[in-house]
Amino acid sequence: MSSEFFSNWFLPGVWITIQVTLLSAALAFVIAFPIGVLRTSRLWIVRFLAGAYFEIFRSTSSLVFMFWIAFTVPPVFHISFQPMAAGIVALGITYGAYASEIVRGALAAVPPAQREAGIALNFTPAQRLRRIELPQAWPEMIPPFNNLLIELLKGTSLVSLIAVADMTFAGDLLRLVKNESAPIYTLLLVLYFVFAFVLTRGMRLLERHAKKRVGQTPAKTGLFGGMRSSSSIDAVTGTGGAK
Amino acid sequence: MNWDWSNVDDFMPMFWDGVWLTLKALFFGTLIAFSLGLVWAVAQRSEKKWIRWPVTVVTEFIRNTPLLVQLFFLFYVVPEWGPSMSPLATGIVGLGLHYSTYTSEVYRAGIDGVPEGQWEAATALSLSKRRTWTAVILPQAVRRVIPALGNYVIVMLKESPQMAAIGALDMLGQAQNYSQTTFTYEAISVVGVAFIVIAYPASLLLRVLERRLVR
Repeated sequence: MSSEFFSNWFLPGVWITIQVTLLSAALAFVIAFPIGVLRTSRLWIVRFLAGAYFEIFRSTSSLVFMFWIAFTVPPVFHISFQPMAAGIVALGITYGAYASEIVRGALAAVPPAQREAGIALNFTPAQRLRRIELPQAWPEMIPPFNNLLIELLKGTSLVSLIAVADMTFAGDLLRLVKNESAPIYTLLLVLYFVFAFVLTRGMRLLERHAKKRVGQTPAKTGLFGGMRSSSSIDAVTGTGGAK
Repeated sequence: MNWDWSNVDDFMPMFWDGVWLTLKALFFGTLIAFSLGLVWAVAQRSEKKWIRWPVTVVTEFIRNTPLLVQLFFLFYVVPEWGPSMSPLATGIVGLGLHYSTYTSEVYRAGIDGVPEGQWEAATALSLSKRRTWTAVILPQAVRRVIPALGNYVIVMLKESPQMAAIGALDMLGQAQNYSQTTFTYEAISVVGVAFIVIAYPASLLLRVLERRLVR
């Protein structure tokens, strides 16, 4: 691995991976809250539409969807955009669907008496959501969000396949140009692991902070700092899993 | 909008080849994931530190790194030291290995769910360790986690197109080939719809199964 390759391709690739992770996570987050809230709506049509969004993206392959955004949408709808934009949008929409399920589940877990108390106090639905339901649901969301964030981080490697020069793309390039693969792919695996580790620790701090604020006891951290403390199955597939 | 249905018709024979390859990869990948996951889960309950620790480190590492990079690693790096595998075989090993670390969590939850009294009863009957696992703990643990395991079959199905990146001609690989040789773009949509058509009914089925088996 020459230093020239390192500074010209690999380091920018690392930066692009970080950018794609943060931007698509932000997009997923922005999508997840309204959709998750709408899925608890009393109107069946609203619930149905928001639920359909989740079901569709839970049932498609994120890579196929990404290819579709990158290669089918531009010619069919006569628009053009950067591959990186396509990757971020595809990841954001896909993971936004999964995240909406987390928001929905956490809201459903708030005891009904809390909502009733809000009604008794003559709060509007928006006030109840902002002052009663979300503050209590939020700490419940953080651990599954953590799992999802790591799935998303790993998912960003897919953007290399639509020609975004992320760090996985740099690996592909080195293999093609210099016919060398062992050091770079080993390095990539270690780097993704380190990033996942850092994200997990960061989310742990956030969780402790959030739980303290609502007076719950923060969970203990084990080996690897409670990485994947709960199975990510609930988050990814939304069928609850075995308890 | 310029959409040409004749390209869709044209693509269909290749599409079915792709479906067949995807199903093969899914079947054998699932076999590996389900059996290896059980091995990881039981090993993590071992009393011996030198078994528990390496298994924890290895599974955490595999679980927290991308499947795509693992596939590249298996396909381009592993042959430098030893066996080289076809794209399909690499896909099967990659999917199986990657998702075994997920299924091991599922098994672990199932094992944790077996009441303490069952372990004590096995001790009271002075069953050997092996008998305790095979006759008492695992039959109870596995039954409860079957729906959760099923979920991972769907997750594996959705992630299997990543095999196309190492040249496996699965559904996506075929679509890519067709699109690149004919300069069209309809094939990707066919594949996208195929995933919804397969995965959505499968997940509905699992929900029914879950209601029957759990509780």
